[in-house]
Amino acid sequence: MINLRLWGSQNWRLLLAIVIFALIYGSYSYMHPSGGTNRLFVQNANEIFVLVMVSMAQTIPVLTGGLDLSVGAIMTLTNTVASEVVNGSPSEILLGIILCLVVSSLCGFINGCIIVFGRLQPIIVTLATGAVFMGLALFIRPSPGGNVDSDLSFAMTFDLNEIFLTYKWPLPTWFESTVGLIPTPLVLILIVVFAIWLPFRSSVTGRGCYAIGSSMGAAYMSGLDVDRSKIAAYTLSGLLAGIGGLYLALQTGSGNADVPQAGAYTLNSIAAVVIGGTSLYGGIGGVIGSIFGAMSLRSISFNFRVFDADGPLGFIADPLLQPLFEGTILLLAVSIGAASVFRIKNRLKLFG
Amino acid sequence: MLAQKNRVPTETQTSKVVLQLKGIGKRYGGVKALNNVDFKCSQGSIHAILGENGAGKSTLIKIISGVIQASEGTVEISGQAVKFANPTQAVKQGVVCIFQELSLLPDLSVADNICITDPPRNRFGLIDKSAQIRLATQLLAQVNCADINPRELVRDLPLSRRQMVEIAKALGRKPKLLILDEATSALSAADVEKVYEILKKLRSDGLTMLYISHRMHEIEELADTLSVFRNGQHIETFSKGSRNNDEIIQMMIGRDVTSVFPAKPIAKTIKPTVLKIENLSWSNQLKNVSLSLKEGEIIGLGGLDGQGQHEILLALFGVLKGYQGKIIINGNETLFTSPKQAKSEAISIALIPEDRKTQGLMLPMGIDDNISIASLKRLSKGLMINKNKETQNVNEMIEKMSIKVGAASNPVSSLSGGNQQKVVIAKWLMTQAKIILLDDPTRGIDVGTKQELYQLFRELADKGHSIILYSTDYDELIGCCDRVSILYQGSIIKELAGDDLNETNIIASSLNMALEKDQVKRMNKRNENNREVSL
Amino acid sequence: MLITKFLLIDKPIRYALGIIVLILLTGTTYTLVTQGTMAFLSPTYLLQQLQVASFLGLVATGMMMVILLGHIDLSIPWTVTCAAMAATAMGGEWAIPAGLAAGLIIGLVNGLGVAFLRVPSMIFTLGVNTVIQGLMVVYTGGFAPQTHSTPIMETLATGHLLGIPNALFVWAFVGSLIVFMLTRTAMGRYIFAIGNREVAAYLSGINTRLVLIASFVMCSLCASMAGILLAGYSTKAYQGMGDLYLLPAIAAVVIGGTNILGGKGTFTGTVVGAILIVLLQSVLSVMQMPEAGRQVIYGTVIISMLLVYGRGEKKEG
Repeated sequence: MINLRLWGSQNWRLLLAIVIFALIYGSYSYMHPSGGTNRLFVQNANEIFVLVMVSMAQTIPVLTGGLDLSVGAIMTLTNTVASEVVNGSPSEILLGIILCLVVSSLCGFINGCIIVFGRLQPIIVTLATGAVFMGLALFIRPSPGGNVDSDLSFAMTFDLNEIFLTYKWPLPTWFESTVGLIPTPLVLILIVVFAIWLPFRSSVTGRGCYAIGSSMGAAYMSGLDVDRSKIAAYTLSGLLAGIGGLYLALQTGSGNADVPQAGAYTLNSIAAVVIGGTSLYGGIGGVIGSIFGAMSLRSISFNFRVFDADGPLGFIADPLLQPLFEGTILLLAVSIGAASVFRIKNRLKLFG
Repeated sequence: MLAQKNRVPTETQTSKVVLQLKGIGKRYGGVKALNNVDFKCSQGSIHAILGENGAGKSTLIKIISGVIQASEGTVEISGQAVKFANPTQAVKQGVVCIFQELSLLPDLSVADNICITDPPRNRFGLIDKSAQIRLATQLLAQVNCADINPRELVRDLPLSRRQMVEIAKALGRKPKLLILDEATSALSAADVEKVYEILKKLRSDGLTMLYISHRMHEIEELADTLSVFRNGQHIETFSKGSRNNDEIIQMMIGRDVTSVFPAKPIAKTIKPTVLKIENLSWSNQLKNVSLSLKEGEIIGLGGLDGQGQHEILLALFGVLKGYQGKIIINGNETLFTSPKQAKSEAISIALIPEDRKTQGLMLPMGIDDNISIASLKRLSKGLMINKNKETQNVNEMIEKMSIKVGAASNPVSSLSGGNQQKVVIAKWLMTQAKIILLDDPTRGIDVGTKQELYQLFRELADKGHSIILYSTDYDELIGCCDRVSILYQGSIIKELAGDDLNETNIIASSLNMALEKDQVKRMNKRNENNREVSL
Repeated sequence: MLITKFLLIDKPIRYALGIIVLILLTGTTYTLVTQGTMAFLSPTYLLQQLQVASFLGLVATGMMMVILLGHIDLSIPWTVTCAAMAATAMGGEWAIPAGLAAGLIIGLVNGLGVAFLRVPSMIFTLGVNTVIQGLMVVYTGGFAPQTHSTPIMETLATGHLLGIPNALFVWAFVGSLIVFMLTRTAMGRYIFAIGNREVAAYLSGINTRLVLIASFVMCSLCASMAGILLAGYSTKAYQGMGDLYLLPAIAAVVIGGTNILGGKGTFTGTVVGAILIVLLQSVLSVMQMPEAGRQVIYGTVIISMLLVYGRGEKKEG
C-alpha cells in the first residue's frame, strides 16, 4: 500500500499523461457515433502508431540529457528502405524487415558514436545526420512509390483476426469475438514495450542512461560505463524510429521521402515526450509516458472531427483551429510544469 | 610545543595493520601537497585525521582511494603493496571512500543507488529488482535506517538521510577500509548521533575507518587513534586520551600566525553605522540575526560551515526571496530584491561569492571582460562602452591588485586560483562598492596571495570601506576582523572582540560548547606565550 | 603577409572560408568541363548568391543572439511566415512595421516564457511555433493569403542599388547594428557573460531576465525582417515559407564557430556560415545534384567541420 502510494508520487507525471489521454480520447469516443467499436479503435490505433514509435525513440536520448533531431529522418529512411525490400516470398519479406531494422539501428549507432567519440553536442550532430539520412531516403525513393507486401500490410494494420484471415489460419470462434478484436498496432506497441523497453530499462546499460541524465558526474564517479550507455541510447532510438518507419510503409503500402513530414514527426516527438512527463534535462521519465503523450497529441485532432458544428461549442469543431489548440495545450502543459519556479526562495537555485 | 614532542606516539601495535603508507609524497607542479608521509592504521579502529584546510588531508585520502596517484612512496593494504589507477580498482581491494560531495544519483531510487556499480542480476543478465530491494533493505538495516524505503527516490530524501544511503552504498561494496571525509558536515545533531552508533557498531564488526572531521567533539566521541597533519606532513599519531583538546589544537595550528596579518588600528574614532540588520530570518536557515557594521570596520562571521553564514551574505546581496526582518543601509530601510539593486549607487554592496569558478567568473572570457562586467554602466557613454576608459580602468585594477597576467584579454581560466580570486575582487573594487561581502575568499589560495589579500582588506577598511568576512579559517577571522559573530544553526550565538577573539573561544562557540573557564584561560595564556616565542 | 593575416583569423572562419573556396572551385571545374564557362566566378552569380544568402543570413543573425545565450529558437519558421503575412495583410506604408510588430510580440512571448518560467527554450519556442501556426491557419482559413507585398518590400528584396542587391544592404544594416551591439555595448557583453555562466552574470548585478527577453526579441525581429523580404521576393506570403530556414540557420551559426551551448561566437562567423550554406546548396543544384545527394553532402559538411573544430573538452579523469 505504501509502496503503491510511493509509486504514484514518483510517477505522477506518467499518471497525469494517462489522465490527459483518457480525457481527450474519452470525449472523442463519447461524441463519435461509433465510439467504443472495434472499427474505430483499429482506425485510431493506426493513426497513432508511427508517432508513438517516434516519440518512444525520442525519449531514450532525452533521458540521457540529450536530444535526437534525426528520429523523423531515420523513420523516413526506414520507410523508403521498406518500400524496396519488404515484398516477395515470406523469407524475403522476413529478411527485408530485418534489413530495415538493421539500417535504422545503424543510423542510431552512428549518431551515438559521433556524439560520444566526436565529443559533439547531440542536438547539432543529429541535426546534421538527419540531413544525411533524409538524403539517403531521397536517394532510395526520389518520388513516392514502391511495393510493400499487401498481405503483411493488411495483417498488421487491422485487428488480430485479420492476421488469421489474411494467412488463412483457422480462427477459433471464441477468439474471433474477444481477443481477435484487439487492434494489431496496439499489440505491436505492447510487444515493443515488453520485448525491448522493459528489458533495456532493467539492464545495467539502460539504468546507466537514467544515471547519466540524472547526474553525469555522479554516474562517472560510480564507475558506470557512460559511453556505452549513450551509444546504446541512440542505437535503440534508431531501432524504434525504424519500427515506426516500417509500419508507415505497411500502412501506406509505399515509401515516401517526405521532408516536411519527417520534420513534423521530429518536432511532435519532442512535444509528446514532454507531455508524457520526461524531463528535457534527463533522468526522469520513460517511454510509457511518451506513448500516452503521443496518443494525447494525436487524439486532440480526432476531436475536431466529431464536434457538432452546429452545437454551442461548434466553433471548436473548425479543423482550422486544430494546430492552435495543439500548440496551446503544449504551452500550457509545460508552463504548469514550470510553475514551481515561483516557490524557489534562493534565487541562485533558479540557475540550476 | 616542545613538551609535546617528548611524548612517544602510542599506538596499538598488537592488532593487524590494514593500511600502511611509506614515504608518500605528492607534488603539484612545484608545490608539495604531501611530503614523506609514513602512516598506518590498524584493523577494527576508527582513526581520525586532523588538520587545518590545506594540511594535506584530502590529498592523502585521494591517494589512498585511487583518485590520484602518489608522486613517491608506497601504499600497502594488508601488507601488500598496491597501486590504484582509479577508484574502481581501490574498491576491488576493499578501500571505499565516502566523499564530501555526495555521489548519489538524485533521480534513481535508494535501492538503485546502493547497487549502482554492481547490481544483482537474474539469469537473463538483467537487474534483479527484488534482489536489489532485499540487498538494500539489509544494508539500510545495517546502518540503522530500516525506516528508509528502498523504493524511494534519493531526491525525495532529506540531506541527512542521503548521507545514510551513501554509507549503506559504501558498505554494499564490502569494504576493508572505509574512509569518511567530512561525512557528518551535512547532518543535524540528532542524525550525527545515529551515525556514531553505526560507526561504533561497524568498528566492533572489525571494520577499519579513517575519519576526517573538523568537529573536535566528534573525534573525541569516536576515534581510537588520532593523527595530526600540518603543511603536508604527518606531525604525530597518538591514541585518544593521551592529549587534551588544547594540545591537539596547538598541534594543528603550530605556526606563527600573527605576523601574516596587518596590524589592526588601535584607537578608532566613532564612525557612522553603514549597515544594520535587525531580526533577519529566512526559511529555517536564518533565525533572528542582528548585526551592525560601521564605516571602516571589518567584521567576521564564524562558526562551522553551513550555519547560515552564506545566507546572511546572500540576503544582503538581494539573492534571497521572502526574508523577514529589516536591513537598514545608511539609515534607510531597504528591501533587497536583486544583485543589480544591491550594487546600485544608493546601496553599493559587493559580494565576492563562495565559489569563484562557478559564481564569480565567466572562465572562458577575458580577464578584462571579467573585471569590467559589473561596472559597464559607469564605463558607458550612452549606449557605447568607452573602450579607452575601460582599458585604462582595467589596467589600473590589474596593477593595483598585482594580478599576474600575460595579456589582459587572455581568458581568466588561464590564471592560477589566487589570481582568479584577485580578478573577482578587482571586478567589485571597480564598482567602488562601499560595503564588501567576502564569502570565504581565501579558500584554496596559496599563502603568499592570502597575505596580499589580508593587507588589501585592511587597506580598504582604512579607506572607509566596510567589510563582512566569512571564513572557515579561524586564523583569518582573528587576524583580519575587528569583531567576529559566531553562528550556530542560523543564529548568532556569540560575538567576540578584543582579547576574547582567539582560537579557543571561536572553536568553543562554533561547537556551541562551553569550555571550562580555567581551561579557556589556560589556553589563552598558552596562545600568548606561543606568539611571544614565535615573534 | 596575406598568409599570416589569414592565419590570424578564427579557426572556424578560416575553415569555412576554405570550404567556400573549395565549393566554388568544384563548381567551376564542373562548369568548365560541361559548359566551358566559369559561371560560378562571375560577379553576377556571386551577387545573386549573396542576395539569397541575405535571407538566411538575417535569420541566422537573430538565431545567433539566442544561441550565444545557450538557448535556441524553434519558432523561427512561423515567425518568418507570420511576419510576412502580417506585412502583406497590412499593406501600404505600415506593411513593414506590421511585420516587425508581429516579430516583436513573438519575441516577447518567447523571452518571457524562458526568462520567467524557465521552461527550456527548445520546448517553449516549439510550442509558440505551433501556436503561431494555429493562429495563421485560422487567419488564412487554410488557404494561401490573397494579399500581396507592397512595392517597398519588393524593392528591398529584389531591387539593386549600384548593382548591389538591396537585400544585401538590409542584411548589412541589421548586421552592423548587431555587431555594434555585441562589441560596443554593455548589452553585448552581458549576452556573452550569460552564455558563459548565467549565475556569475546574475551575481555581477546583471538583470539577466531583461537580457534574455531582449535577445529573444532581437531574434524574432531578425526573423520577421527576413519574412518581410521573402514576401517581397515572391510578392506574397504563403504557408510554410519559413520552414526551410530553421535548420540551415542553426547550421550556419554553428559552422561559423558559435558554440551551441552559448558564450562564444562572432557575427563574421555567422555571415561566412550563411554564405557557405547558400553556396553549397546553389552549386549542388547547378551541378544537377539530386536533392538526395545535396542533403547527404550538406549533413556531411556540417559534421566534418564540427569534428575538426567544434569538439567539446575531454572528460576529466
